[in-house]
Amino acid sequence: MISKQEANVIIQNSIWKQNAGVVQILGMCPVLVMSSNIVNGVSLGLATSLVMLISGAAIASMRQFVPNEIRTPIFILIIAALVTVVDLLMNSYMHGLYVVLGIFIPLITTNCIVLARAEAFASKNGVAQSALDGFFMGIGLTGVLAVLGALRELIGKGTLLSGIDLLFGPAAKSWVIYVVPAEQHYQFLLAILPPGAFIGLGFLIAGKMALDRRAEARARAQTAKAEIQAA
Amino acid sequence: MKTSPFVAQPMPLQTVMLKVVTALVPGILLAVWAFGIGVLVQIALAVAVALATEAACLKLRGYPVKPFLLDGSAVVTACLLALSIPPLGPWWLAVLGTAVAIGLAKHMYGGLGQNTFNPAMIGFAVLIVSFPAQMSRWAAPLALAQPDLGALAQIAYIFTGHLPLAFDAVASATPLDAVRTGLLQHLTLADIFKAPLFGVAQQWIAAGYLVGGLYLWQQKVIRWRLPLAFLGGLGLTALVFWLVDSEHYASPLFHLFSGGAMLGAFFIITDPVTAPTTPLGQLIFAALAGLLAYLIRTLGGYPDGVAFAVLILNIVGPFIDQYTQPAVFGRKKKGAKA
Repeated sequence: MISKQEANVIIQNSIWKQNAGVVQILGMCPVLVMSSNIVNGVSLGLATSLVMLISGAAIASMRQFVPNEIRTPIFILIIAALVTVVDLLMNSYMHGLYVVLGIFIPLITTNCIVLARAEAFASKNGVAQSALDGFFMGIGLTGVLAVLGALRELIGKGTLLSGIDLLFGPAAKSWVIYVVPAEQHYQFLLAILPPGAFIGLGFLIAGKMALDRRAEARARAQTAKAEIQAA
Repeated sequence: MKTSPFVAQPMPLQTVMLKVVTALVPGILLAVWAFGIGVLVQIALAVAVALATEAACLKLRGYPVKPFLLDGSAVVTACLLALSIPPLGPWWLAVLGTAVAIGLAKHMYGGLGQNTFNPAMIGFAVLIVSFPAQMSRWAAPLALAQPDLGALAQIAYIFTGHLPLAFDAVASATPLDAVRTGLLQHLTLADIFKAPLFGVAQQWIAAGYLVGGLYLWQQKVIRWRLPLAFLGGLGLTALVFWLVDSEHYASPLFHLFSGGAMLGAFFIITDPVTAPTTPLGQLIFAALAGLLAYLIRTLGGYPDGVAFAVLILNIVGPFIDQYTQPAVFGRKKKGAKA
């Protein structure tokens, strides 16, 4: 039902070419707020991925029965139901994290990237493709959240993985990596505060463009070389 | 004999920047007199970092390094930033602030003439938001510091953070801070002003900037509109508050001569890149900045409001410009809209 090649294209597209965080720049509100450390960012990213996986599949499976005129409310209803499930699950199994993420779990419903993929992809493609697309779009976003979270945490507080005990219980407290020794009280508030999110995201977008440009230049040089050899 | 057309040559950028630095000299000298050699150390640090960052950014962006490095704009930015940070602040304040000002606020926006925000004020804002404690620890003016901290000890303090044994601390509140904390303790202004802090140091430095500013105006480096409207906006707002309740709001004169008011009026808000260019726009821009500076410094939580006021107005600068276009010569005002 889905060829390996097709799956590869979808995955590449979702994670890199059309990355939700740094290319489509969708779902900025949670990205900017929840990227103050890795744990928050990755948790929210994974929750979003899960919702997008199921919503992609659900919407694709009933796309023939949805009247075109009212498709948006129907998509939103499906997404909202799924988000409620995730919300309740997190509340019961990861309560500490649930408290930290707070309003941003229910807000996954209104995250543009979820509806955007429902509208642009799931409503036009098969179930397997849509599920794959949704999930890897979410993973792409999670990647951005992880990198941005790591950057802000590292520059702002000199730690990595702080708050991991919210996920794995109090025993995980010792997993926190102190890049700058804790007793130095290192702090660079700007990176933790909202401006840090904007500046950091700007750097990530610029970095992605630079990488793409370099790859493009290299590919062009290679084709030129091949042409010369062929001639 | 010269013939027409007699086009006025714009002043070379280097000359402008040289004049701005010259105009800063009285203020700097007074600051050294009041706070000691630390002021000069901060300026030297900031200038060195500014030039290094500028050279690195130019190189990365593929521009010729030498002509841009020698135009002096980085030096002016560095001086303005160094004068806004505490004279005995740790060395990395000046280094980080200047690097951010030149690298982030200037070159990332496209370099000289392209920046939306005043680089020195971005550097200052980053520092005060990130390190409020270090940034509000102003040294006591030397006249108050007992006993005197020597020049070498000051330099050592900046670079190592260690004080000679006889000292516990060298910090004191700035007049603006003292007023704020005093009022929180329900003192009246009359009581607060009795403290020895309200000697003349800060006011003298501000007067030094005023003299430098007048020199710039006389040299036609700056026009009267921006500084006057800024001081007017700040002074009038202070006057209104003072007239309503002189127990709790300091006099306009106090506000004009404390914090960054004078430095802001003549050296920061007059930045030709980030201020509007239309005459009316300049008046609106500067008066609003003065008003905001007063509100932020009196009602807000940060020690001074000039930097934030200027940055906020920088955002609306182009917008103000668009709606204050003067009529094209020979047309009625209405036609000039849009």
